[in-house]
Amino acid sequence: MSKFSDLGNDLYTGKRSIDFIGKRKVFYIIAAVMIALAIALPTARGGFNFGIEFKGGAEFRVSGISQSDQNKAVDAVHSVVASSNPTVTAVGTDAIRIQTEKLDPTQSEAVRVALANAYGVNSSSVASSFIGANWGADITSKAFYGLIVFVVLAAILMAIYFRTLKMSLAAIIALLHDLVITAGVYGALGFEVTPAAVIGFLTILGYSLYDTVVVFDKIRENTFEVEFSESTTFAERVNLAINQTLVRSINTSVVAVLPVASILFIGAVLLGAGTLRDIALALFIGIIVGTYSTIFIAAPVYSNLREGEAKYAKATEKVLASR
Amino acid sequence: MASSVTKTARKRLAWLLVLIVGFAGIIGLGMATKATGASFVPQLALDLQGGTSIILSPTLADGQTIKQEQLDQAVAIIRARVDSTGVSESTVTTSGNNNIIVEIPGVPSESTLQLIKSSAKLEFRAVLEASASSSAQVGGSSGSSASPSATTPSASKSASAAPSPSVSPTDASDLHWVSPAIQAQFDALDCTKQFRAPGQVDDPTQPLVTCDTYRYQKYILGPVEVAGANISNATAGTITTQTGAATNEWAVNLDFDSKGTEAFSAVTSRLFPLASPRNQFAVTLDGYVITAPQTNAVITNGSAQITGSFTKDSSKSLADQLKYGSLPIGFEVQSQENISATLGSESLKSGLLAGLIGLILVVIYSMFQYRALASITIGSLIIAAVLTYLLISILSWRQGYRLSLSGVAGLIVAIGITADSFIVYFERVRDELRDGRTLSAAVEAGWRRAIRTILVSDGVSLLAAIVLFTLTVGSVKGFAFTLGLTTLVDLAVVAIFTHPMLQIIAQAKFFSSGNKWSGFDAKALGGHVYVGRGKFEVSGRVSEAKRGKASKEAEKRQTIAERKATNSQDNGGQN
Repeated sequence: MSKFSDLGNDLYTGKRSIDFIGKRKVFYIIAAVMIALAIALPTARGGFNFGIEFKGGAEFRVSGISQSDQNKAVDAVHSVVASSNPTVTAVGTDAIRIQTEKLDPTQSEAVRVALANAYGVNSSSVASSFIGANWGADITSKAFYGLIVFVVLAAILMAIYFRTLKMSLAAIIALLHDLVITAGVYGALGFEVTPAAVIGFLTILGYSLYDTVVVFDKIRENTFEVEFSESTTFAERVNLAINQTLVRSINTSVVAVLPVASILFIGAVLLGAGTLRDIALALFIGIIVGTYSTIFIAAPVYSNLREGEAKYAKATEKVLASR
Repeated sequence: MASSVTKTARKRLAWLLVLIVGFAGIIGLGMATKATGASFVPQLALDLQGGTSIILSPTLADGQTIKQEQLDQAVAIIRARVDSTGVSESTVTTSGNNNIIVEIPGVPSESTLQLIKSSAKLEFRAVLEASASSSAQVGGSSGSSASPSATTPSASKSASAAPSPSVSPTDASDLHWVSPAIQAQFDALDCTKQFRAPGQVDDPTQPLVTCDTYRYQKYILGPVEVAGANISNATAGTITTQTGAATNEWAVNLDFDSKGTEAFSAVTSRLFPLASPRNQFAVTLDGYVITAPQTNAVITNGSAQITGSFTKDSSKSLADQLKYGSLPIGFEVQSQENISATLGSESLKSGLLAGLIGLILVVIYSMFQYRALASITIGSLIIAAVLTYLLISILSWRQGYRLSLSGVAGLIVAIGITADSFIVYFERVRDELRDGRTLSAAVEAGWRRAIRTILVSDGVSLLAAIVLFTLTVGSVKGFAFTLGLTTLVDLAVVAIFTHPMLQIIAQAKFFSSGNKWSGFDAKALGGHVYVGRGKFEVSGRVSEAKRGKASKEAEKRQTIAERKATNSQDNGGQN
């Protein structure tokens, strides 16, 4: 535990200190650039790659197949609906997924049977889904509504606990930063947006704030009655708090990201596209961005919001003058 | 002091044991009494066990909205229809404001789908013949006691006295409807067996042989005389006497529109003088009789009251059936998802594998970071897992909770979030050690600080879970549920397992001496405090910073001995 623990110890005492607050302008510029990219890149790509749940259509999944010749699937679909233009993707090692436009129930059943015959499997190992176009939209509009309600309630909860609205404000700014960037990564890399991805996205809400609250608790403790201090300024105390909780931040993030990474790996390798992978992917990006934003956005923004207050500004002036 | 701390710690651990044994006992008791669904294995949702999930939404005209009662009624009707096809273990639930989710094992046939989608039919027919179903008489099935109101409730005219009419009797009550074939069908009818084809459509101009929904009473009914669509309103309420005094008796008030008023008036005028059972009229929903009251008066003003031995709930339920049962709302399939059983079990296996790998990774990382202390993390995670598993089993039994793939994902994600609170706690204790406390003092002080942080951060997580659970639909709900549940479990575990365990091991020499492998390495944590202090510009400011804090918050908690120790370590001393 030597080196990492030494680091933790040094950061705690201030033997080593990283000047997060002093360099905050750099971090703000990075954040601004990231957010601009998060908006520009998906726009340039032509928007998000929405899953079938949002567009509507039919999906078939053939599992337990020995050969993954995708043309067979296309032929099978064409044998029922000649005009169809199916998308076929391999899922894991022994399954494929076929997506088509909307089919009526009779066609859907016929495609199922055709697929089963084409791959020589029992028709019970062909899973079929049909999704109306507004189902995904329904989930998303509810999720969006939930997001707004949550942000408002969480802001109130934090304002009550920390006894200042400014901490809520800083935490919410960081949260929005996380959401925009995560969505941006999704859009920029063309990952499929599915309801499961929306779930992962919503979980970032809870995690991002959880992480921020832990650091803010330390900041609150450190800045307690700092206006009476003759040797340190508000911003320095905030910086110390970030440093003191840095090891904790790294540890909690690594521990939070490990299970998510494991779902991501298993989901992508064994199951292919699906609920597990989609939830994990959004969370994986979100946790990393969330940890980053707590340190580089939330805490500096809070310092910005507070240090200008008359009592702190006066104290800061005094401390700096005495140096 | 040490022993009293240990005693409190032991007490808390005892509570934990009570909790675990209690939960397991509840399930064990359920299994012993053969309660349906009681099991140590939670029920799985469709995406893990295979089956078909159909999401229906009502086909509404522009501007038309659907009420919750309407939706609940539709769920009840759809459930009855799915059950009538003989499919077992199906679930029908509402989702969001206007969706209905039907989950059926296997792949439904086209006719089942058609049945689910079509709108319901509520009809009034005169009773020609009625008797208890043979098997019900013999067996005295449970349905009989559940339906006292359905057997012989009576309709009386409400409020205004009706002028005596002289409508010529129609032949809807004519016993000539009962042909020998119909009579034979009636005699042979056993209500406990399936006797109607699912989705069977009856000719409204012909008599009908059927049973009540409780499968207790069987009937021969005349042709349809009033359609359910002619009911303008139905409410449940207590009966008021003619003097206006309220009673405790519940009844269902029924109002008809003009067409219904006319038709109902004709029916009651004809039935009123007849002898039982021909003075009864039956209300059928999808071909089954939901109520068959006697006519106590001729009702010409379109307001009838059905009385009988109703309870508040049974009157409400009948009123809803009458009011919404006939609404011409059809449903369209929004989404239909079929998951093969193999894919389901594969998903479950992969989910469990991912969970296991995640758990191992977390354990390895905490061993790397916290050495022997990691054993507490592992223990806490195991306890959390056991508690969560038991709770899910109980909820699956009592509340019909089904573990879905997104729920499994929520559980795995929770491993990390649960372990986070241990880290917050351990790091706090280390902070206190760095401030020069002894381990047992650091554990106490660290706990007081950490629990606040854990409470508020878990509060935020719980808030997220609750908001998502209440406001969202479908798979988001399943995920939010497990996340919320594990957050609560996390709080319980950290308070009644992690903390007491840390209190106990703080007494052990291995840990309190700050052994290199204990995770509380005195040298690594405390060593630098007095060696490094003052040598660096930054640290000079830090000791100031810390002093400000220590003097305010920590000082009052310190014992004299501890304060001395702090003084001797801290070159700057106290101010």
